Amino acid sequence: MTNSLEAPTIPITVDFSGGLEMLFDNQRRYAVSLPATDANGKPANISFLIDHLCRTLMKDPRADLFVLDRHIRPGILVLINDADWELEGEEAYEIQPRDNILFVSTLHGG
Amino acid sequence: MAPTLCAVCKTERALIKRPKNHAKLCKGCFISIFEDEVHHTITSSQLFFPGEKVAIGASGGKDSTVLASVLKTLNERHGYGLDLVLLSIDEGIKGYRDDSLETVKRNALQYDMPLKVVGYDELYGWTMDQVVETIGKKGNCTYCGVFRRQALDRGAKMLGIQHVVTGHNADDVAETVLMNLLRGDLARLSRSTSIVTGDSQSEVKRSKPLKYCYEKEIVLYAHHKKLDYFSTECIYSPEAFRGSARGLIKQLERVRPTAILDIVRSGEDMARLVPGESSSSCACKGQKAVAAVPAEDDMGGCGSTSGRTPGDEMAAMDKQLRENEAHEGLEIDIAKAVSEKTDGTEKQKGLPIRSANGASKGAPRQVLGKCKRCGYMSSQDICQACMLLEGLNKNRAQIQI
Ligand SMILES: [Zn+2]
Ligand SMILES: [Zn+2]
Repeated sequence: MTNSLEAPTIPITVDFSGGLEMLFDNQRRYAVSLPATDANGKPANISFLIDHLCRTLMKDPRADLFVLDRHIRPGILVLINDADWELEGEEAYEIQPRDNILFVSTLHGG
Repeated sequence: MAPTLCAVCKTERALIKRPKNHAKLCKGCFISIFEDEVHHTITSSQLFFPGEKVAIGASGGKDSTVLASVLKTLNERHGYGLDLVLLSIDEGIKGYRDDSLETVKRNALQYDMPLKVVGYDELYGWTMDQVVETIGKKGNCTYCGVFRRQALDRGAKMLGIQHVVTGHNADDVAETVLMNLLRGDLARLSRSTSIVTGDSQSEVKRSKPLKYCYEKEIVLYAHHKKLDYFSTECIYSPEAFRGSARGLIKQLERVRPTAILDIVRSGEDMARLVPGESSSSCACKGQKAVAAVPAEDDMGGCGSTSGRTPGDEMAAMDKQLRENEAHEGLEIDIAKAVSEKTDGTEKQKGLPIRSANGASKGAPRQVLGKCKRCGYMSSQDICQACMLLEGLNKNRAQIQI
């Protein structure tokens, strides 16, 4: 992590809505510079992004409202450039520059 | 990777994968199919009549916002001739409703519908903050839930409206089916699956036009139509989702998305086996209280467990089961009932059936009447809300002395 300035990153935007923004300092949109590869040198995918968000942006002790057993909590929808992540390979989807990833909860009061 | 194309128009990029049938749809096709399906639900169950005045229970949340938007669209597209009004309840929790009421006010402008906000203080003489001051935070969700259940009906009555629609979705119904199944409460299961509750005897009829809509699709509809909605948790019940039946529903959906509608349909099928409950559904809202129908409220964000901890829930369930054991002999023989039904007769009508309180002897369990205090439908002399109010008012008197 000492050479994080030199490590290549991918610029993306990450949105939280449907109540999830409450777990992320009540901010809906973040510009994120995501490390281009994970610790094993594999290209950054959604799984890695979720980990990264928990480590760097999560401002709430209730992380389990976002992640459960290291997977996204059932009931939270993930949209990759507005498309359901189920159409894009879910956690294995490799993040591209300028991607927009939206996490929207269906779990909060309607 | 080339983008997947929409299965319907075959030109636009697919953005939605439908949970009920895995169809891959573009935004435009998804929106019109979603609306068509709600229209189908409305017409096939003859929910409305031309010129009917209908109050939409509006919280500013996703479900009621989508309901308002879709009803406005369909009312104009298909000429339902409905007179639509937004009806909001203010529980009187300082700060809690401010944002959601602002959202509803914007919705009223966006959808060009009149808005009426009714407060718990107006209806009951108590705000929720005053209730909490008096009884503490523990158990206050019970009060909130009981009050809320009547609030929409009472509010509608004040407006001279006889039909309230709420945003209950398929996930809500599936959750209620599971809970009532675990409780062995077939009567309540039957009522909760019914699209309309209340009958000719009740002054206000309730219905849920989004009953077959997945919560996932409701959120996606709101997202793709850029609807203005508000999400919150009840500040008095932040942990409501932990270990709940709702969590189970969402996990099932993750493994097999069709599970939600399958549970709804199973619930409907089981409801048909409940004597005297299938056609006219609910005639006893007063009975639907405290432990009842956990998903009844889309208005509050009190989660779906009425603020109970799973521990309480399980203990209550355990007690229930032990009580029910004493009534083993009353168990319904489902297989028998089914075979008799397929004979084309309705022989199962007189079958004894286990009731919620284990008090059944095959006779009618709930005699519907009116609360002697407030006149609201109730199976007891005094309805649940009035009972709670009596306790609260005694407390207030004591404090004042
Ligand atoms: Zn299409
Ligand atoms: Zn009463």
